[in-house]
Amino acid sequence: MGSATERDMTHEVLAQLLAERTGQDLSPSRRWRVETALSALLRESDATTIDELVAKLTSPFGCPLSSRVADALLNNETYFFRDQQVFDVLAKSALPKLIAQRQDKRRLSIWCVGCSTGQEPLSLSMLLAERAAMLDDWQINIVATDVSHRAIDVARRGVYTPFEAQRGLGIERMIRWFEEVDGRWKVSPRLLKPIRYQQHNALHAPPMGSPFDLVLCRNVLLYFDKPTRQQVFSQIAASLADDGMLLLGAGETPVGQTARFAPVKDLTGFYCLGTPDMPEARPRTAEVPARG
Amino acid sequence: MKNCLIVDDSRVIRKVSRHLLEGMGFAVTEAADGKDALAQCTAQMPDVILLDWNMPVMSGMEFLGHLREQEGGDKPRVVFCTTENDIEHIRAAIDAGADEYVMKPFDRETLHVKLQLVGMV
Repeated sequence: MGSATERDMTHEVLAQLLAERTGQDLSPSRRWRVETALSALLRESDATTIDELVAKLTSPFGCPLSSRVADALLNNETYFFRDQQVFDVLAKSALPKLIAQRQDKRRLSIWCVGCSTGQEPLSLSMLLAERAAMLDDWQINIVATDVSHRAIDVARRGVYTPFEAQRGLGIERMIRWFEEVDGRWKVSPRLLKPIRYQQHNALHAPPMGSPFDLVLCRNVLLYFDKPTRQQVFSQIAASLADDGMLLLGAGETPVGQTARFAPVKDLTGFYCLGTPDMPEARPRTAEVPARG
Repeated sequence: MKNCLIVDDSRVIRKVSRHLLEGMGFAVTEAADGKDALAQCTAQMPDVILLDWNMPVMSGMEFLGHLREQEGGDKPRVVFCTTENDIEHIRAAIDAGADEYVMKPFDRETLHVKLQLVGMV
């Protein structure tokens, strides 16, 4: 990269591109990984520096490249059962609670926001499949969305490298739910069946399938500034069933961000609609209009 | 503090694994083949063994067979850590008494979860 001024301008263009395409904030703490994130794209687009790559964005053929640059800047870090303790709470307390609440309808609708390459919805699908006897005649729908086209393509294929497949999974689970095909690991169709993957921006109106009984939005909000986080909270609130629950990542909280969610008693990381004193008091529609 | 024995003929893998395991709070010892590992286990049984498959002198599978026959040899948790990444090898390792299986390459998250699953962290 060139001088400090050129570097700042390049980062400014990239930050603007990322914000426009995804709503995410390219904060200074994320800038250190820009060169690594774009290195493959540099090679593919015959650019030798990031300044050159940014210059190509302004050419008449820049539009598809813009999408790829924004996609490359996203952090798709994920693995199966990420934060095992959260999944323990989900398996032992939250899912049994939701299943008890839905005994009459025998239907569960779940939304995974920012599902990356599919490991989170697949972990959830595994938990539910391992309770098949209890959910035999139930309709299970998991809507899994991510702003990255590339991540959704990987998730839809459901084929992982050995490195990816084993991250977070015990070997028993891995050989039960995956099939080894030519050195790669293909997820069982049974796990993919309840999942509908969709490219979707969390700032926009919720995907089809609401009201959701459970929304997982983990390690997503940390990439947004406060007004954008409030917008996402608003969209999730509009999508959630009255007695549904929101699960956030470690270090993410609605406290100080929105009054529309309150902690669920005894379930760390889970939130319900309303305030602690008035659990049902909340409007059904989004407070802030979605960005175009 | 739990003890982990790394058994691998690659000095680089032993160095990387030691770094990761010490970061997780393990006291680490090393062996470059199954025979050396077996001698170390006879002297003092570790809590967990990170075991390569293909090694000179004595392979990981041969070592595991001998270990499980030894007095107290049923106690250490054994985590295979190998480039043998196909289902046949995985099933053979489990049948021989391995508790977990790591396919190379791996990272800290993978190793940490596997050690959690065998009750070592």
